[in-house]
Amino acid sequence: MSLLSTYLEHIIKVLPDLIVGSMITIEITSFSLFFGMILGTISGLGKLSRKRILRYLSIVYIDFIRGTPLLVQILLFYYGLPGLYSNVTGNPLSIDPIIAGIIVCSINSGAYIAEIVRAGIQSIDRGQMEAARSLGMNESMAMREIILPQAFRRIIPPLGNEFIALLKDSSLLAVIGVHELLKTGQLYISRTFAAFPVYIAVALMYLILTILISRLVAYSERRLGVSDRN
Amino acid sequence: MIEIKDLHKQFGELQVLKGISIDIKESEVVCVIGPSGSGKSTFLRCINLLEMPSSGEIFIDDEKITDRKININKIREEAGMVFQHFNLFPHKTTIQNVALAPIKVRKLSKAEAEKRAHDLLKKVGLEDKANVYPSALSGGQKQRVAIARALAMHPKLMLFDEPTSALDPEMVGEVLGVMKDLAQAGMTMVVVTHEMGFAREVADRVLFMDDGLIVEQGTPHDIFSNAKHERTRSFLSKVL
Repeated sequence: MSLLSTYLEHIIKVLPDLIVGSMITIEITSFSLFFGMILGTISGLGKLSRKRILRYLSIVYIDFIRGTPLLVQILLFYYGLPGLYSNVTGNPLSIDPIIAGIIVCSINSGAYIAEIVRAGIQSIDRGQMEAARSLGMNESMAMREIILPQAFRRIIPPLGNEFIALLKDSSLLAVIGVHELLKTGQLYISRTFAAFPVYIAVALMYLILTILISRLVAYSERRLGVSDRN
Repeated sequence: MIEIKDLHKQFGELQVLKGISIDIKESEVVCVIGPSGSGKSTFLRCINLLEMPSSGEIFIDDEKITDRKININKIREEAGMVFQHFNLFPHKTTIQNVALAPIKVRKLSKAEAEKRAHDLLKKVGLEDKANVYPSALSGGQKQRVAIARALAMHPKLMLFDEPTSALDPEMVGEVLGVMKDLAQAGMTMVVVTHEMGFAREVADRVLFMDDGLIVEQGTPHDIFSNAKHERTRSFLSKVL
């Protein structure tokens, strides 16, 4: 009984920290998803391009990112690249860990989103492009006006999965000292050694956030799906 | 108006068009009939370069559109196309479907384009459906919107690729009615069709294609009542 009350006490004490950490987690995840969508759309289109150079660049990017662990990418970017910079120039370089986190997570999610976007574009009936072209639209106009808007509606569910995966993966940024959700919990543990209640609280916070995201995704799916039911 | 000289098209090893030559005059309505796989659709799609001819020449109003240097998009603005499966844009309302290309390609103002789109929807009898999405339309209504959409670009000619083949039988009439009005208004039309009644009634000329070639052509009476070639007669005996 006293154990339970001690645990509850720890959870109540750590909760304000965890909420602040959640904000950082949400901030990093949202920015990364936004930039990841831009990167993903560009490289998804690149992979479908008729220009060989664009196709190869996209394939190299996607394969490298998907074929290496995110943790390694984080360490390479945060410690490796500044190291290279100071070896070459002789000057030190330090990057803000949050900025570094957003950059790495954007690049990482961009590669996964690229495949989602590519599949979405390819799922649109060929007749849509032909109809647009037969009306005198050029290829990029047809892509922008006709193909991409339809493809984006279709890829909302896999994008939601990517959003959730990204949110959970952002916990890896704890290793470079980003004060996100997991890290704030760990800092509290290092002061109090209350590992069990705090990790449970951290896990529950992630759970709440991911449930909120899946609700949000389901809602936007309903909102955007109205015109498309055939 | 359209002049086609020795048009060939092959997909890999497969020869689909084996030398098509034909002149089509302004305001002429040409119906193309023939068995499936005879190259009718490919022939039609070559006219607005949705398929690139392998060899041969196509002129529209004395402009050589098979020229490598030509701006394909400009050509396509002049040749409206209606597809078997409508290909309406499902994320746009009916009126947006019709007004989109005039706004984006012809750079009309939104108000002007929508006013003209309204007139066109009225012409095809669908002004009350202006603000619904295509998913709420019947097949016949979809195809009439698709015709209005093509007309919105003020094309010089209209190409129809089996416009009634995907329709329920009771909806064929409304689409053919719109096409008939269009023919009477003097539009140059090339229609790939299985509707022999329509061809007989509306066409100025009927082409019978088989195996990548025009086997026989003439007035509807020539083809339907006095076909000279055995292949034409045997095809017609199966479909009439």
